[in-house]
Amino acid sequence: MKANHKKMVKAPLTIEQKIKRSTFISFGAFAALGTGAIAGWNWLLDAPEETPGITGGTRTPLRRALNKTEIFFRNFFSSKHLVKTYPIAEAVKTPRVNSLIGIEDDEDFDVSNWKLIVKLSNKKHWQIGIEALKELPKTEIVYDFKCVEGWDEIQHWAGVKLSDFLAHFKLEEEAQKQYMGLETPNGAYYVGLERESTLHPQTLLAYEMNGKPISIEHGAPLRLIVPVKYGIKNLKRIGTMAFSDKRPRDYWAEQGYDYYSGL
Amino acid sequence: MKVIKEKHSLLMRWTHWVNFPVLIVMIWSGLFIYWANDAYGISIFDFSLIKFFPEWFYDYFHISGRLAEGMAFHFLFMWFFFINGLLYIVHTVISGAWRALLPNKHAFKEAWLVLLHDLHIRKAIPPQKKYNAAQRIAYTAILFMGIGSITTGLAIYKPVQFYWLCWLCGGYHFARILHFTLTIGYIFFFLIHIVQVLLAGWNNFRAVVAGFEVVEEQPQLKDDLITTEKTEDKDESKS
Repeated sequence: MKANHKKMVKAPLTIEQKIKRSTFISFGAFAALGTGAIAGWNWLLDAPEETPGITGGTRTPLRRALNKTEIFFRNFFSSKHLVKTYPIAEAVKTPRVNSLIGIEDDEDFDVSNWKLIVKLSNKKHWQIGIEALKELPKTEIVYDFKCVEGWDEIQHWAGVKLSDFLAHFKLEEEAQKQYMGLETPNGAYYVGLERESTLHPQTLLAYEMNGKPISIEHGAPLRLIVPVKYGIKNLKRIGTMAFSDKRPRDYWAEQGYDYYSGL
Repeated sequence: MKVIKEKHSLLMRWTHWVNFPVLIVMIWSGLFIYWANDAYGISIFDFSLIKFFPEWFYDYFHISGRLAEGMAFHFLFMWFFFINGLLYIVHTVISGAWRALLPNKHAFKEAWLVLLHDLHIRKAIPPQKKYNAAQRIAYTAILFMGIGSITTGLAIYKPVQFYWLCWLCGGYHFARILHFTLTIGYIFFFLIHIVQVLLAGWNNFRAVVAGFEVVEEQPQLKDDLITTEKTEDKDESKS
């Protein structure tokens, strides 16, 4: 009982000191970590922009993160994951025109003279007319077209499945390469796609919209419809097709967007 | 006399303070993304009540024309948000701290009494442990909101690969609306949280940094406690 009493006398002082010390240490650590976090944030904000190349327009660490995140999420990609389709009646009558890069800036373009140019690895070029494409089996799709900006629209497209096209023209070996690059005839707009996306069963070389030949502002005579990607990858008015194991140049990836941009 | 009482674990404090700036960055970069297609508003009979957001808001926070930058930040900090939240949930489940967190049977009735007390309508407050009933509801809700943000976010981010998540969230459109609404919810939570923290005072705030509270215990009461403890001890030593 006596010992207990002694403790009671001493205790208040120790507790006050304890409180002070613990508070000081904790808030010191809190301030240090907080300062570290602010320094880290400032480092990221002030991080240099990447050297313009295949990708560009964003801070180097953020680009690294985008690329790493792509690698992670590509694990979940499967050609068996199909985009949801809708009845034709649900498709919009006048699909939105969001961009005309590679179209409005090409005054010399003549649809009647158009040919798809396929660049082969042996430096040879093939030229394929629209009629040859229309002879192949036609595939239709009504799906929710998604723009990277956030809007989406149910649209109705038809054309030849890209995988059918590659098989028919014996391009499968070329298509073994990791990427396909597509460009408008004037080279003003261009996209790169990984192999999985080009071979996805819903990826089309489209020549019809709402049952009619595609209009000029929607990419006549042939455009890409790749439902597993945002709209930015759905190149209008395909001029050339090429294959590569390295990422082909990509218009929006140069402007700070994710190269992959997959859905 | 004063007694030091451990209140919040180190991991709870750590994740709480990591979450705060990470969530700010997520909301900030999320606004860059929202700006690119600012479609939402609240309207009744075609009369627009609220439009998110007015032009001055975008100007003031320099939000316009930064979609690519917003996505780059959003898709980096989502990892921190996810990992941090996961750490907290795993810790709360394993440590048993969920017992003090999840609303109990009478939570909603008690939370009402807490609200009346906070609004100075009622003097007495229901007895409480670490969190009162209103806190239990609020902190559990914010946890599920976080899970909701991750889920709807993934559904919007990869609506094809995670088509089942997108379906679960009621489709692409509804997932986007939920994702946005949850964000508005964080803002409201934050405002109320700040007011409550200010009202609760220093001791409460310090506990979320230092982990402990200082409790005033009456010596007499303590003596009682000690005697009961002692008898218990004796019982234990006998057996």
